Amino acid sequence: MKKKICLLTALILILSFALSGCHGSKGIPEFAVPDEFDESRDYEITFWAKNDTNKTQTDIYEKSIRDFESLYPNIHVNLRLYTKYGDIYNDVITNIATNTTPNVCISYPDHIATYLSGSNIVVPLDSLFEDENYGLGGEKLRFEGVTKDEIVPKFLNEGIIKEKSYALPFMRSTEACYVNKDMVEKLGYTLPDVLTWDFIWEVSEAAMATDSDGNFLVNGQNVLIPFIYKSTDNMMIQMLKQKNAGYSNENGDILIFNDTTRELLFEIAKHGESRAFSTFKISSYPGNFFNAGQCIFAVDSTAGATWMGTHAPLIDISSDKLVDFETVVMPLPQFDTENPQMISQGPSICIFNKDDSQEVLASWLFAQYLLTNEVQTAYAETEGYIPVTSKAQNSEEYQDYMSRIGEDNNEHYDVKIKASQLLLDNIDNTFVTPVFNGSASLRDAAGQLIENTVKSERRKELVDDEYMDNLFKDVKSLYRLDQNTGGENGKKDLGPLPDAAVVLLGTLAFTWVLIAIYFVLQLRKDKKR
Amino acid sequence: MKNLKKLAMILMSMLLVFALIGCGEDKAPEQPAEETPAEAPVEETPAEEPAEAPAEEPAEAPAVMSYEEFVAADLDTEVTVETYVQAKQSWWEKDGKGVATIYTQSEDGAYFLYNAACSQEDFDKLEVGTKIRVNGYKAEWSGEVEIIDATIEIIDGSYVAEPVDLTESFGSEDLLKFQNQFVSFKGLTVADKGEGAAFVYNYDGSGTDGDDLYFDVTLGDKTVTFVVESYLCDKDSDVYNAVKNLKVGDTIDVEGFMYWYEGPQLHTTSVTVK
Repeated sequence: MKKKICLLTALILILSFALSGCHGSKGIPEFAVPDEFDESRDYEITFWAKNDTNKTQTDIYEKSIRDFESLYPNIHVNLRLYTKYGDIYNDVITNIATNTTPNVCISYPDHIATYLSGSNIVVPLDSLFEDENYGLGGEKLRFEGVTKDEIVPKFLNEGIIKEKSYALPFMRSTEACYVNKDMVEKLGYTLPDVLTWDFIWEVSEAAMATDSDGNFLVNGQNVLIPFIYKSTDNMMIQMLKQKNAGYSNENGDILIFNDTTRELLFEIAKHGESRAFSTFKISSYPGNFFNAGQCIFAVDSTAGATWMGTHAPLIDISSDKLVDFETVVMPLPQFDTENPQMISQGPSICIFNKDDSQEVLASWLFAQYLLTNEVQTAYAETEGYIPVTSKAQNSEEYQDYMSRIGEDNNEHYDVKIKASQLLLDNIDNTFVTPVFNGSASLRDAAGQLIENTVKSERRKELVDDEYMDNLFKDVKSLYRLDQNTGGENGKKDLGPLPDAAVVLLGTLAFTWVLIAIYFVLQLRKDKKR
Repeated sequence: MKNLKKLAMILMSMLLVFALIGCGEDKAPEQPAEETPAEAPVEETPAEEPAEAPAEEPAEAPAVMSYEEFVAADLDTEVTVETYVQAKQSWWEKDGKGVATIYTQSEDGAYFLYNAACSQEDFDKLEVGTKIRVNGYKAEWSGEVEIIDATIEIIDGSYVAEPVDLTESFGSEDLLKFQNQFVSFKGLTVADKGEGAAFVYNYDGSGTDGDDLYFDVTLGDKTVTFVVESYLCDKDSDVYNAVKNLKVGDTIDVEGFMYWYEGPQLHTTSVTVK
């Protein structure tokens, strides 16, 4: 009997250890909102922020931190500045491994989806949103917080991943087509109310006529790229969306390698071959060509509006190369003018989990502070961004700012304010792509299809069906999209187990068999006695 | 008692197996194939990467070009040159493959290799002076003529370029003839970069320590902006710290690579205060 008790106790111990092993593998415990914020302690939190290489934006971050710290003297915020989302992403990945993630971080939901493949790495924000004391618009906030209803629902929903909110929107932008109206009209065209792809291709090809010296008739220069697209990822994503064609779905299925994509690439290839179309990666910033009168249609983010146009406050080319012309800011070209579709993009904020829930709460307070009117309006006014809260959008200060369009070529630069207005007028026409672990790679693949096709045409390679077959195959392989087996649901065949797993499981099974045999033998012995 | 010991041994083994399985789940998220600079309006280095890995060994080795032939070649044409490493800017893994950005120069001209396919092992073998055969495509980005989508083969030979003194061409169009070469300028005066500062982090001061340094220098009536490119010379390098210690009005001699971005933009490798 004693032996049986011993065995039973041992089994319980084994299971306890095994279960605790599993628990330990999750790393930091799941975050729970503390009842009270402990203000008797000091907190040091880090904020990794992205700016558009824009001193005004970094100044706003610094001022926001100073203002926040004056409200919460026990919270000290360390700012680390980045100019590329990709750099933040890479550094976060590195720091997850060493448990040294920042507290608050500017991120893209695609990136957060990857961070989520670790356990309890990113804090789900839903319980924080709802907390009556410290949540959105909470009673114990030391600033006039924004309520959940005051965040533009479309933008707030963009941070939902697997039915939980992991990101707070910070700023929003979309893409705009910046048009040199003078050149369009010189070519004998009139800008339509809504740009179409057909119109842009037609005008771009018409612009390629040259004189006997090889100078382009429309601008008299020996350089002209009529149509330049900054982000070819976005170009393909939006074209597919406008065509209602496959890209991906919520299950993480990769749908981009379809006939519509192929047709679009053949069309783009034609204009790559004629050199009427190029990309940022192949040629340079659209704004540099645009401002020099060497580009008619430049598609770039509204958050790049301060670089666009003859009188832009930020210029990257020498002043002697600037050409004076009228810049028109239009939504990007459409296939269906009755149903315009454009991407929603811009920085969001996520909070990383820590062992100390009070530290997480301090992080949340700061993150929430970034949604206050003062921060929202100040940052939005640096570029063609818009505030993510209706409260800031409707504020007297922001309305005044928007109404003073064109008063100067700096704070009230007309192209910048028109770019913001474009998004404000089209919030309902914006969309985002499904977010899952791997969606960031898919986005890159979308752009790579265009980049490769255009490069191949420029290199006089044959772009035919066989080329497209190979391109699809290569891009799938390069971005490991042929290994994506259905995103997070895990319903599809995952392939054979790795050898190490087979050996481990085999050992486990063999051990259990030995234990069973031992039990049976012991029982028989006991009975005999 | 003996049986109990055996049992304990078995149980301990099981415990170990369970624990290992448990630990196996504790991992950081895997890095996906590619970073996503979804929206970065300025100061971004383009990522040009062929979806298809360049062929390991062409069936027939293309003819090696002279620098003159390279200059004459159209953009987007395939080029093959033999040149020598003068400085390594960066190596990183893009889409699971190593790529290297390298300043190279031969006796007759210089070539900037952008994101050339290069394993970490090969990159480590490259030293200043190492001779390489490069096969890729001629491209131009914001005025910078470079070789992209290239492969590199290490071959026998060595050459280290001496800096060409371009002081007399400071601020002139003549600099274009020396694009990508290792050059020097002497007797320049450090100008005010704003509010009495001799340099700024990033072009407009929006960066922090570790980012590119921008500083203005004058000679006669001409003022030009030079850069310490942080991938080439990081914050621990001598030149990075030398520039951080500059004062407006200092007279300096400078060496670097004649890079181009919408005009001449020296990638500075050495600064000596006179």
